[in-house]
Amino acid sequence: MALLEIKNLGISFGGLRAVDNFSITIEKGQLYGLIGPNGAGKTTIFNLLTGVYKPNAGTILLDGENITGKKTMEINNAGIARTFQNIRLFKELTVLDNVKTGLHNRHSYSTLTGILRLPKYYKVEKEMDEKAIELLKVFDLDQEKDILASNLPYGKQRKLEIARALATGPKLLLLDEPAAGMNPNETKELMDTIRFVRDNFDMTILLIEHDMKLVSGICEKLTVLNFGQVLIQGGTADVLNDPEVIKAYLGE
Amino acid sequence: MDKSNKTNFRLSKTLKSNIITYGLVIVAFIIVQMLVNAGQVSSLMKGLLVPLCIYTILAISLNLTVGILGELSLGHAGFMCVGAFSSAIFSISMLETIPNAGFRFFLAILIGAASAAVAGIIVGIPVLRLRGDYLAIVTLAFGEIIKNVVNVIFIGKDSNGLHFSMKNAMALNMEKDGKMILNGAQGITGTPKNATFLIGVLLILVTLFIVLNLIHSRSGRAIMSVRDNRIAAESIGINITKYKLMAFTISASLAGVAGVLYSHNLSSLTATQKNFGYNQSIMILVFVVLGGIGNIRGSMIAAVILTLLPELLRGLNTYRMLIYAIILIFMMIFNWSPKLIDLRKRIFHKSRTERERV
Repeated sequence: MALLEIKNLGISFGGLRAVDNFSITIEKGQLYGLIGPNGAGKTTIFNLLTGVYKPNAGTILLDGENITGKKTMEINNAGIARTFQNIRLFKELTVLDNVKTGLHNRHSYSTLTGILRLPKYYKVEKEMDEKAIELLKVFDLDQEKDILASNLPYGKQRKLEIARALATGPKLLLLDEPAAGMNPNETKELMDTIRFVRDNFDMTILLIEHDMKLVSGICEKLTVLNFGQVLIQGGTADVLNDPEVIKAYLGE
Repeated sequence: MDKSNKTNFRLSKTLKSNIITYGLVIVAFIIVQMLVNAGQVSSLMKGLLVPLCIYTILAISLNLTVGILGELSLGHAGFMCVGAFSSAIFSISMLETIPNAGFRFFLAILIGAASAAVAGIIVGIPVLRLRGDYLAIVTLAFGEIIKNVVNVIFIGKDSNGLHFSMKNAMALNMEKDGKMILNGAQGITGTPKNATFLIGVLLILVTLFIVLNLIHSRSGRAIMSVRDNRIAAESIGINITKYKLMAFTISASLAGVAGVLYSHNLSSLTATQKNFGYNQSIMILVFVVLGGIGNIRGSMIAAVILTLLPELLRGLNTYRMLIYAIILIFMMIFNWSPKLIDLRKRIFHKSRTERERV
């Protein structure tokens, strides 16, 4: 069974059909790319998937569970985590605390336990610290764990967002333009990290990206979106050489 | 090896900061107590000791809403009002039933905190759906409503028990032996004066304990994540409604505790514009903004200085409020002007590197 199955998804804003009749099937462990020109509706699809918007039509099945129209919080608990195109970190929290907030639902104690500092508080906090540092090491952020997230350089902020998303223990990871604003070296490093995450965390990844080097380098399958509709779906090499795709990107 | 040392260092950093905060309160208490015992404190100043505790608790509790939850609340005095009246009603009606003053006051504090918490939930559920300026304005309105509702409540006690009305004292239909407890706008008279400086300081410590431990816990992180980025917090599975309401309710209930101190420090209690109105709410907000939004220790210090200042300036007679205002403006500039923050950082940094060199 496919991990993610979207059928005929659609949403309108006023008279504009932002996403129309969108279907996609992603197998477990796949690295899937969603590309298309600006304004094609890629981020809207992420927002539909994570419950920020409620779809007008269609269904979303995650691992066989219908998550269409559920709340963002419930969808995260069901197993979808994401990053954002414009980075959304908890700026006034430390790098470590950002990841620990991601662990919120997996390592739990009550508010009263926290206020009264019962033994469980120390035990769970220690578990969270260890788990969070483990994750930070993957992204080479463990040296910076005590500084505020807002003081991290840009490229590391993007990595921290991925670490925080992974902390929630998702089945599917959505990355919204992870390489935006990165230089070629950083992008290359990011590609390795994404592959590492897929292999070592058993993760299925759907990413939006404009950087064709990254897309052709790591994605196994692609869906091209244009004006809210699927233009073409298939293996990366085939899709990128398709004349329709070239036309959508570069014009006639 | 190196790693584990670093973890300890981080823990000790928050621990150190917390110890300084608690220590400040305890040292201040000991010094004041010594001065009082030596007869160095005027009776006017002695009268200010309990209010100092009240304002400190209010400043800490509002900082939880404004600094940690990140929502501007202008109705904090309303929750203080709920705590003050509910506990005063309890203390008066239980005057004979529970003769032990200490135990009765302890229960009064719990009741004040609980009723303010209930008020916090009732106000919080609709209000926390709003954001920013809108939330501020609605909390302002709720604060005023609470104060005005208290002014039309009549409660009396006779041999049959408690009587309640929202019309007038006659509508209570009490027996001849009946005694008014809360007489509408005339308020409550005869509340036992149980509040002392020692109890006030202990309550400050309890407030600090609750707020500081909350901040450095799982729930505290969740609350601050909602403050820093609501959308991201939702995306990682944080129940934002729950944590917003939790912070708001805890903040309200601590304001209720301050209210209990307030009502048990005066023999007659009325809800007026001066004590529970929006002026008071804004005064508390000034403590928080001046001391630093999210800076618990700073807001405590600001509360103490700004409460003492008008009294210290009393010698200047008519100019006193003018000078108070000027000092306030200068303190705000000193604390918040970006240029001065830079300057302070540079000086602090310099002295630290010099010390390290030595």
